Amino acid sequence: MPTRTRITTLLVSLSLLLAGCSGGGDGADDGRITLRFQSLAWQEESVTANKELVREWNATHPDVRVEYVQGSWDSVHDQLLTSFEGGEAPDIIHDASDDLADFAYGGYLADLTDLLPGRLKSDIPRRSWETVTFGDGVYGVPFLQEPRVLIANADLLDKSGVRVPTPGRPWSWAEFRQVTKRLSGDGTYGVAWPLKEPVSATLNLSLSTGGKLFHRGADGKVTVRFEEGDRVVPRTIHDQVNTDHSASSTTLGSGGSDTLPGFFAGKYAMVPLGFSYRQQIEQQAPEGFDWRVLPAPAGAEGLTQGVSPQTLSIAEDSPHKKEAAAFVDFLLQPDNMVRLALGDWMLPTGTEALKDPALHTAEHGWATGTALAGHLRPAPAQSVRGYPEWKDKVATPALQEYYSGAIGMAELRKRLVEDGNLVLARYQR
Amino acid sequence: MRTSTGARVGQYAALLAYLVFLAFPFLWLISTAFKPPQELASLHPTWIPENPTLDNFRQAFDEQPLLRAAFNSLLAALGAAVIAVVIATPMAYVMARHRGRLGRAATGWVVVSQAFPFVLLIIPLFLVLKHLRLINSVAGLVMVYVVWSLPFALWMLAGYVRAVPAELEEAAAVDGAGRLRVLVSVTAPLLAPGIVATALFAFITAWNEFFFALVLLKTPEKQTLPVILTHFIGAEGVADLGPLAAAAFLATLPSLVVFALIQRRITGGMLAGAVKS
Repeated sequence: MPTRTRITTLLVSLSLLLAGCSGGGDGADDGRITLRFQSLAWQEESVTANKELVREWNATHPDVRVEYVQGSWDSVHDQLLTSFEGGEAPDIIHDASDDLADFAYGGYLADLTDLLPGRLKSDIPRRSWETVTFGDGVYGVPFLQEPRVLIANADLLDKSGVRVPTPGRPWSWAEFRQVTKRLSGDGTYGVAWPLKEPVSATLNLSLSTGGKLFHRGADGKVTVRFEEGDRVVPRTIHDQVNTDHSASSTTLGSGGSDTLPGFFAGKYAMVPLGFSYRQQIEQQAPEGFDWRVLPAPAGAEGLTQGVSPQTLSIAEDSPHKKEAAAFVDFLLQPDNMVRLALGDWMLPTGTEALKDPALHTAEHGWATGTALAGHLRPAPAQSVRGYPEWKDKVATPALQEYYSGAIGMAELRKRLVEDGNLVLARYQR
Repeated sequence: MRTSTGARVGQYAALLAYLVFLAFPFLWLISTAFKPPQELASLHPTWIPENPTLDNFRQAFDEQPLLRAAFNSLLAALGAAVIAVVIATPMAYVMARHRGRLGRAATGWVVVSQAFPFVLLIIPLFLVLKHLRLINSVAGLVMVYVVWSLPFALWMLAGYVRAVPAELEEAAAVDGAGRLRVLVSVTAPLLAPGIVATALFAFITAWNEFFFALVLLKTPEKQTLPVILTHFIGAEGVADLGPLAAAAFLATLPSLVVFALIQRRITGGMLAGAVKS
């Protein structure tokens, strides 16, 4: 074959190959509605639960087909932003409430106020709805949430003879500090704080001691104030690490998963983690390792702590908002919400779902977590514009330095308040 | 010039250290892929899994459409590599042989284009592809990859063209060969290693690319391997480490195989070129 013919053949073949892999649009034009549901489920059980529910919906709703699309927590914000800008967003969007503000204010998400049925509205408590309310609209349905709990090495706990806390009688922060001292020694730390993200952990736990940090004035503007209620949690952690040496300093920069090898090896008696980490612990714990779920310490406000629930939203550009809302309603029927919660090892927000016996067993600490559900409040930073910049530029470095002992409480306060207010002011002119 | 034994030993030691440095992540990935969950969370991890298992591979294949994604990645990477080379070769030849103001401008464009961040380009690109109805298609992705790798491919190939002595082409012309004959019979064989190296660069760039694929491909049937790999990562960076390592190991294999097959051509071709000049 002459060279020119060969090159022509190659180019034609390549064109045909590429033509063959071109997209063919969004489905058949047979009058049926197709909705795209982008789920961020990632654990095996959770993905299975989501896919089963989509299958069940499709089996009973021949005219409204739902297509399951797998998204990723790792990149969801950038991916959604681009999809919104290009008018190609999925109809139903799985995300977290602390990621919704920009999308809601940007007009990308549908206001669900008139789209959701009364059953769903009344099933989920007002405090949860607050996490998805921006301005006058409701831009998502909060459906799964997780409190921060203490995962304890049961053998070390029992051996120490300390009082084991319950949701009815939790430790105070002062008592918690004493307990971690008693649990320390012989190469073991009483606690390992994984504070790779120190800001959300500190702020959310500080709600238990009355810490608000962000205060909204009559003019609607938010300022930072660092009062006594805001100091208890950071001071406790700082003193455990630097004064008592009952907390490991090496885990301060770690994520939750990074602390597990040390926890399984008996190096740490307790690790404060999100409730869903139990799945990893159950999967990875060595044979015979006995662990227990304890409530986080309580303060003046009891067991209150801040959370950013997982949410389901509907894209403003979706031409089938009513059908999408019907699918969300189906997905969040009490029984289905329980399936999703069990799949993700989290708590449902719905009051009916929370009554399910599967969530009240002692096994894997489900009952302890469920008892905390009524104490969960919107994370303090939820509605603060400029929070991401304040967190990255001011609060994260300041807290990291404070916890490592490089700066004291006065300097921490100065940075969070003075530097912090300068940042927030730029967003509120 | 003779190299002393000490210097030779030092060279080999440095080379070995470099190889270990390069190989460590990959070997650790293989080790992780075969470990059960309990060993992944051990405080004293071992190189060789104590209880090797294929469960991670099973789970990875059960949970995600890895084969389909690998096929999509291969299609996108091969398409991008072939088209980039087909377009870049004649352009590079012109840039290298006719070094005027246009050539300098082209080189400047190459350098400047490398400075643009992905994020700046993605939304305009997205809108253009949407207008062309190429969103959610591997063809659209190939177009993006070609555009993205073309400047560097041009730059690379122009260097290879300059390395081929123009005297050889002139000699062939004196012997009576036409322009096309010179290009096909004299220049192209000497350029082969450069073309292969450029194709390899375009292939690996496309094979590993994540962000454009994430944004442009909507449906699971179209997604490429790097996008599928992120599905093993949960909120706050928590990862399903075993299946992720298994899938990542499988994702690494094709580019390793391609490189292993082609690298001899590159070095062989380079040596051949050296002898001719």
